[in-house]
Amino acid sequence: MDFQVVVLAGGFSKTLVPLVSKEVPKVLLPVANRPVLSYVLELLEQNDLTNALPPESLFLLLLIEFFTVVEGESAALLISSWISSTFVDRLQVEVTAVPEDVGTAGALRAIDHRLTAKDILVLSGDLVSEIPPGAVAAAHRRHDAAVTAMLCSVPVSGPSESGSSGAKDKTKKAGRYNIVGLDPTKQFLLHIAAGAEMDKDIRVQKSILRAAGQMEIRADLMDAHMYAFKRSVLQEVLNQKENFQSLRRDVLPYLVRTQLRSELFLNGAQSDENGSGMDAVQNSKVLLSQLLANASTPSFHEMYALDSAESAPISRKTHKCCVYIANKSKYCARLNSIQAFSDINRDIVGDASHISGYNFSNHNNIIHPSAVLGSKTTVGPHCMVGEGSQMGDKCSVKKSVIGRHCRIGSNVKIVNSVVMNHVSIGDGCSIQGSIICSNVQLQERAVLKDCQVGASFVVTAGSEYKGESLAKKEKQ
Amino acid sequence: MVVKKGNRGGMGGEDAEEELKRDPLQAILLADSFATLFRPITLERPKVLLPIVNAPMIDYTLAWLESAGVEEVFVFCCAHSKQVINYLQNSDWFDQPNFSVTTIESYNSTSAGDALRLIYEKNVINGDFILVTGDTVSNMSLTQALKEHKERRRKDSNAVMTMVIKQSKPSSKTHQTRLGTEELFIAIDPDTKQLLHYEDKADTLKGTVSLDKGLLIENSFVSLHNDKQDCYIDICSPEVLSLFTDNFDYQHLRRHFVKGLLVDDIMGYKIFTHEIHSSYAARIDNYRSYDTISKDIIQRWTYPLVPDVQFFGNSVAKPERQGTYRASDVGLSRFAKIGPFTVIGSGTTVGSYTEVSNSVIGEGCIIGSNVSIDGCYIWDNVTIEDGCKLKHAIVCDGVIIKSEAVLEAGVVLSFKVVIGQGFVVPAYSKVSLLQQPVKQDSDEELEYADNNSGPIETTSISNTPEYFEDELKTELSDSQMQAVSEVGNGGLGFIWSVSEGAHEDEWRHSVAPIPVDRLVEIIKKQAAELEISNDDGNILPPSGELEPNSMNDSDEDARDDDAHFEKEVEATFLRAVDENVKEEHVILEVNSLRLSYNLTATDCASALFYAIMKLALDTPHGSPGELVKNVAGVILKWNKVLKYYLASIDDEIEVIQKFEEMCLDSTEYSTLFVEILHLLYDKDVLQEDAILNWASEKEEAEDSDKLFVKQAEKFIQWLNEASEEEEEEE
Repeated sequence: MDFQVVVLAGGFSKTLVPLVSKEVPKVLLPVANRPVLSYVLELLEQNDLTNALPPESLFLLLLIEFFTVVEGESAALLISSWISSTFVDRLQVEVTAVPEDVGTAGALRAIDHRLTAKDILVLSGDLVSEIPPGAVAAAHRRHDAAVTAMLCSVPVSGPSESGSSGAKDKTKKAGRYNIVGLDPTKQFLLHIAAGAEMDKDIRVQKSILRAAGQMEIRADLMDAHMYAFKRSVLQEVLNQKENFQSLRRDVLPYLVRTQLRSELFLNGAQSDENGSGMDAVQNSKVLLSQLLANASTPSFHEMYALDSAESAPISRKTHKCCVYIANKSKYCARLNSIQAFSDINRDIVGDASHISGYNFSNHNNIIHPSAVLGSKTTVGPHCMVGEGSQMGDKCSVKKSVIGRHCRIGSNVKIVNSVVMNHVSIGDGCSIQGSIICSNVQLQERAVLKDCQVGASFVVTAGSEYKGESLAKKEKQ
Repeated sequence: MVVKKGNRGGMGGEDAEEELKRDPLQAILLADSFATLFRPITLERPKVLLPIVNAPMIDYTLAWLESAGVEEVFVFCCAHSKQVINYLQNSDWFDQPNFSVTTIESYNSTSAGDALRLIYEKNVINGDFILVTGDTVSNMSLTQALKEHKERRRKDSNAVMTMVIKQSKPSSKTHQTRLGTEELFIAIDPDTKQLLHYEDKADTLKGTVSLDKGLLIENSFVSLHNDKQDCYIDICSPEVLSLFTDNFDYQHLRRHFVKGLLVDDIMGYKIFTHEIHSSYAARIDNYRSYDTISKDIIQRWTYPLVPDVQFFGNSVAKPERQGTYRASDVGLSRFAKIGPFTVIGSGTTVGSYTEVSNSVIGEGCIIGSNVSIDGCYIWDNVTIEDGCKLKHAIVCDGVIIKSEAVLEAGVVLSFKVVIGQGFVVPAYSKVSLLQQPVKQDSDEELEYADNNSGPIETTSISNTPEYFEDELKTELSDSQMQAVSEVGNGGLGFIWSVSEGAHEDEWRHSVAPIPVDRLVEIIKKQAAELEISNDDGNILPPSGELEPNSMNDSDEDARDDDAHFEKEVEATFLRAVDENVKEEHVILEVNSLRLSYNLTATDCASALFYAIMKLALDTPHGSPGELVKNVAGVILKWNKVLKYYLASIDDEIEVIQKFEEMCLDSTEYSTLFVEILHLLYDKDVLQEDAILNWASEKEEAEDSDKLFVKQAEKFIQWLNEASEEEEEEE
C-alpha cells in the first residue's frame, strides 16, 4: 500500500486555554499520563497499514502551527525531541512547522512537494481512538475514492455507569457535530454540513439525491478528522482553490458537493494514474466492462456516469466520496475541548482502558510502584497515580488521574479530576471535576469545583473557586 | 390483534378493537380529479368514466376497494356528476352484498378540500376511512396498513393519516416518474415511518432540497428519498375532515393539507407512510400514467384486475400469446397482424394487412385494411378507414378517421371527432368538437378551472344529450368552415392550441414516449444547470467568512420571496377593487397566498397595507389634501380586511414601519406622515399602544431612522398625555 501519513498536530488551541502553554502544545497534553499524540502514533505503529508498508515509505509529517516561526520551531523541537526519545527506531517521523493562520489546508500546501504516494492519510494529532487507520485506507482503496472520511458515533460523554443525568444532557446538546448524508449502503458520503452551516436549514443538493435515490441524513455521527485523500485530487484542490483553509470545512464539503461533476481534477488524476489520457467514452466502456466483470452492484456514481454516456454526447465525470463508519463499540474521540480533555482522561482510565496500554490492578486502577500513599488513603477504581507521587493520610481519590511527582497533603479529596505533573496540593484541599496543570501549587484548604488551573498557578490557602479558569497572567 | 374475530361479548378487548368491529370500514372516493390534465376529453365525460383497458377507471377503484374489505363507499361527484351517478345506477355497484355505494353530489366544489368539507357536513364518516380518487388502480391489501394506522392511533391520537408510498425512481433525465408525475422529495423517519418533509412540484431550478434544521434535533437520523412515489391512497382519521373544515383555505390534499400539517405543525398532527413492495398502486394522473398503467394492466401487474378476469364493467377477453387479449367475437381478417401486448374488445373488426401492436382497441370498432396502429388507445365504436397510420394516440368513442390519415405521436382525439382524408394531425395536438374554452383566470388555478365549467356542462350533457348535440351542431355549423380547415377535408373538430409556455412541456404528459432528441436537449440543459448551481456552490468562501456570506444568501432568498408576495397581494387587492370582490373573499385569497409563500399574518398586514396605500396614491389627486382624502376613503372601505390581519400590537407596529418605508420612497407621503398616522388612529386601524410602542422602539435607533418619529413627536406626546389622563381618571 502506497500511503503517506500526515499527522496534523496543531498548536495552541484557543479552546484549550489554559491547559495549553508555550511549553505544552496541544498534542503533548497528557491523557492518562501520556501525551495524546502518542495514542495516534501508536495506533499507526501497531496498525496493519504500517505492517504492510516497507518501512521507508512511511512519512510522518507533524505540522505545528504557531504564531511565529521561532516559537513554532521551538515547539517543533519539543515534539520531535519527545518523539525521538519515545519512538526511536520505531517510526520514522519528520516534523515540520508552519504558521498557525494557514489552517489545515494551508499546512498541507506547505508540504505539497513532499507528498508523493498515491494516497495520503491525514489524521489529527488529538485523536484518541482504537479504529485502525488501515480500515479507512482499505475502504478508500476499495472504491478508488477521491476522499474517504472516517465517521464515528458521537461519543457519549461519561461511561454509562456513571451516566448521570447531567452527562446525558451534555451529550444531547453537543450531539450535533455534523450533519451527514449517506447513501443507503452507508459507503458514500452524499452531503456534509459542518460548522456555521449547522445552524441553517439542511440544504441537500438535488442532483446528488436524484442519482442516489435515497439519502440517510444523520446527526449522530462525528467527523473524526481522519481522511484518506487521493493525492492527485488533494493537490489539485489545494492548488486551485487558494482560499480553502480547512480540510474539514472547505476541502471535504467541496469534494462532496462536486462529486457528480468533477470537471476539475479527473483529467489530471487519470492521466497521471494510468499514464494514458483516456477519453470519456473509452473510459465509460472500460467502466462498464469492469462492472460486468466484477458483477458487483455498481455504485450510483458509475450508474450516473454511464447513464449519460449512452444517450448524450456530454459525459459526466464523477469522483467518489466514501465514508468509513466506525463501529459503535470502538472508542473514538478528539481532544479538542476542555470537556473532551476530562472525558477522554476519564474514559481512558475507565471504560476504554484497553487502549491505554497499561495493566490495571485488581482494583481497576493503576498506582505506580514508586508512588507513596499515606495511611487510610484510598484510591478508587478508574484512577491512576503517576510515578513518584506522594499522598498524605486520609486522602480519597475517585475517577481521577494524578500525574508524576505530585505532592499531596492529608485529607485531600480528588474526584473526577485530572492532576498533571509536579503539582503540590496542601492539606484539606478538595478538587472536583477540575483540571490542574503542571507545577500548580494549591495551598491548604483550597476548594475547586469544575475549574481549570493553568500551569504554575498558585491557589491561595482557603480560597474557593467554582467553574472558573485560573491562569497566570501572560508575560509576553 | 388476537381478539380480532369472535368473542364479541368477551373481556371487552381494547377500545380500538371494539371500534373495528362496530364500524364498517368506510372509504371516500373522489370522482373528480379537480384537474384539467385530461382535457379536452373531460369536457364531455368525467375522468373516472374514461376507459382504461376497456373498463372505466372507477370500476378498477371500486373493485379494489371491495376486495380490500371496504364496506361503505361514498362517491363524491362534482363535474359531470349526473353521468357518474347514471353510470353507477346502471352498473351493479348499488346492489352488492356487504358493499354499499352512496353518491354525494356537489355542484360547486372546486377542490378536494371543498369536497371533504362537504362530506364533513353530511356527517357520514364515523371512523377511520380510506381516501382515494376514482382513478386509482391498485391491488394492494389494506389490512397491514390499516393495522399499522390503528396501532399508531392508539398510541398517539395525533397520527391522523397514513399515506401509501411505493418505490419508483424518477428518470434522472426528465425528473419525472414513469407515471409522468413530477419527482417527489420526501423525508421519512426510518424508525417510525413518520413523514417529515414532502415536496412535489419541486422547483426544478433550485438545486437543493432544504429541510428544516429542527428535524434533526428530534430525530437523529432521517432518510431523504427521491425514489418513492405517492400512490394517493390515504388512510385517514376523522380528524382529517374536521381539519379541512377548520382550515377553510386548504384546497389541495397534498399541497395544502400535507404541507400545512408538516410545515405549520398544527396541533402536532402527524402523517405516517406505509410502503408497499409487492402490490400495485398507481393513480392515473395524466396521459403518460394512462399509458403506463394500461401497459401494467396488460402485463398483469394489477392482477386480479386484468382483462381476462371478470370484475365490474369489463367484458372478459381471452389471453393469448405475448400478452394479447382478444374478446370472443372479434372479426379479425386472416391477414391482420396482431402484435404483442394488445387488447381487442368485442365486436371489433380488423381488416387485412393491418398491424396492431402495444395497443388497446375497444368494442365495436371498425378498422380497415393496411392500417398501422402502434401504442394507441382506441376506445369504443371508432372507425378507422384504410391506410391510416396511428402512433401513440388516444382516440375516444365515435371518432372517424378517414382513409390515409395520419396521427402523429401524442395526439388525442376527443369524442366523435372526424379526421379528414389524408390529413396529418401534428404531434401532441388535441382535437375536440368543443372549442377550447377561453382562458379563465390569469391566476391559472388549475384545480378550480375544471369545475368552473364542469357543472354547467354536466347539466346539458347528462340531462338532455340530444339537446346538447343539437347545440353542438348549431355551434359547429357556425364555425364549420373553420373546423373543416382544422382537421382536413370532411373533418370535424377543433385543434386546441396549447397555451404559451405549456407547449414545451406537452411531451412530458403525453402518451407518446419521450423522443430521443428531446432527451438529449434535456441532458444538455441539465449539464448547464448543474454548472450554474455548482458555481453557486463554489463561491462558498473559506472557512472564516462562511457565516456572514451564507447568511446573506438566505436573506436574499427571503427578501425575494417577500417582494413576490407583496406584488401578489397587491394584484389581488387591485383585482378586488376593480371587480368589487367581497371582503371575505379577499381575505381568503390573501390567506392562500400567505400559505403558499409560507409567511405570517404580519406579512399579510404589511403587504395589504402597502397595497391600500399604493391604491390611494395612484388614485388621481391634485393636492396633498386630496391625497389624504383618498387615503381616508380607501381605508374606510377596506378597514375590515386590514383589521383582520391586525390581530396584535406587533402587527400594527409592522404596519407603521411599512408606512415609514413607503414614506421614504414616496415624497408625497413623507410630508403627510403625521397626518395619515393620525388618520389611521382615528379610524381605529392603529391603536395608541402600537404607536407608542413603535415610538419607544425607535428611541434607540439612529438619528436618520428617527426622521418620522420626530415628525410625529407632537402626536405621540398628545397620545401619551391622553393615556395618562385616562389612567388618572380611572
